[in-house]
Amino acid sequence: MCTLEKRGRVLILTLTGSGEHRLGPGLISSLRSALATARSDPTVAALVTAGEGRFFSNGLDLAWAKNSSEGLSTLVRLVKPLIADLISLPMPTVAAVTGHAAAAGMMLAVAHDYVYMRGDRGVLYMSELDIGLPFPDYFMDLMQAKITDPRTLRDVTLRAKKITGTEAKERGIVDKVCQSASETVAEAVKMAEELAGRNWDKGVYASIRLSVYPKLCKSLEIPQESDEAVRKHFASRL
Amino acid sequence: MCTLEKRGRVLILTLTGSGEHRLGPGLISSLRSALATARSDPTVAALVTAGEGRFFSNGLDLAWAKNSSEGISTLVRLVKPLIADLISLPMPTVAAVTGHAAAAGMMLAVAHDYVYMRGDRGVLYMSELDIGLPFPDYFMDLMQAKITDPRTLRDVTLRAKKITGTEAKERGIVDKVCQSASETVAEAIKMAEELAGRNWDKGVYASIRLSVYPKLCKSLEIPQESDEAVRKHFASRL
Repeated sequence: MCTLEKRGRVLILTLTGSGEHRLGPGLISSLRSALATARSDPTVAALVTAGEGRFFSNGLDLAWAKNSSEGLSTLVRLVKPLIADLISLPMPTVAAVTGHAAAAGMMLAVAHDYVYMRGDRGVLYMSELDIGLPFPDYFMDLMQAKITDPRTLRDVTLRAKKITGTEAKERGIVDKVCQSASETVAEAVKMAEELAGRNWDKGVYASIRLSVYPKLCKSLEIPQESDEAVRKHFASRL
Repeated sequence: MCTLEKRGRVLILTLTGSGEHRLGPGLISSLRSALATARSDPTVAALVTAGEGRFFSNGLDLAWAKNSSEGISTLVRLVKPLIADLISLPMPTVAAVTGHAAAAGMMLAVAHDYVYMRGDRGVLYMSELDIGLPFPDYFMDLMQAKITDPRTLRDVTLRAKKITGTEAKERGIVDKVCQSASETVAEAIKMAEELAGRNWDKGVYASIRLSVYPKLCKSLEIPQESDEAVRKHFASRL
């Protein structure tokens, strides 16, 4: 479902296979495992997430949900800690959007600190309005954190717009557009290496990220650092 | 440490000397005194803040903090009311960023209503991640109030990017880029004179500023105006 490859201080997480990489219990669990590996390896200083094939991720596994008695709400519940893992990961994260990223798949992408995307094909697409679903609260908080231009936010949420890499770059949703999937991954890895080379304290990095997105952390149920924990960061600098 | 010069209805506050204008107890106190003078002089209608030498301000006086038993947290505590003084000042404020503005020094600059900056040299730089410090809450609230583009906020907080005047203008952090320190000051004064000439009610100006930044005011402990005080503003117009 996904593989991990270490390249120096960068860990590359790839959603494997030519399918849609839909988020069902199996893939969610594999991804969380991979992120736990990244978190616990002291030699890892940055993460890149990429996909094989035409899709980065096409969202929740609706087929699984149909066959399950608890359905969609279970998947929504299971994806939340996955997003929380990314938002609390103690290192810079770079998404290499190598194909379509829709709904929960788009959330997976934009939960990364940096988003690189191919411009030759593929779209970002919040499909919920088109399929008649409202957004889970943490999806909306994530979008509000990462898309602050009101017209872009409206187009994403209230227009279900399919946004190419080029448009996404123009509108401030992605950092860089590349010419192909492989170039997107290469550039993302290069950026991750550059960020890893800054030798930041990983705990401080995570602490700062949490303070940049307080509302999102609350809805992802990521505990705010205690005053004592914050004081420790200050104390260690004296 | 700082001087005040009155030019018509504009008060020019200058951080003096060729040093880094680091914020220690002495300079903080002088700046607060100067702002109190501005506040209490009915003939003053706008403020310009500038620096001499290569620095606007390079941040907290870490050397002082090292030699003090209470350290950085004391300085963080002392700078808070200084920022609050600026955010509650009953007149338009223009920062003339004549040199490097880092960490608390960048906070001092962006706490002004208008930020003019030289483009030929000098950077804005939140150094905290590079030195392994998290941000005080009111620093983060000030940045969130003044930098709403998510990628710019990320570059400032989670990438510790050194941002030139030109890039700062492109990214919406400063209003105007000038060719030199003296041109920056001259243009800032010109703007301050134009704003002073609008003859705004100073109390209403401050009231509106507080209402634009409610979260920031809360973390700076600036009391919200009472309903009665707000009613008085309305009543005086009838």
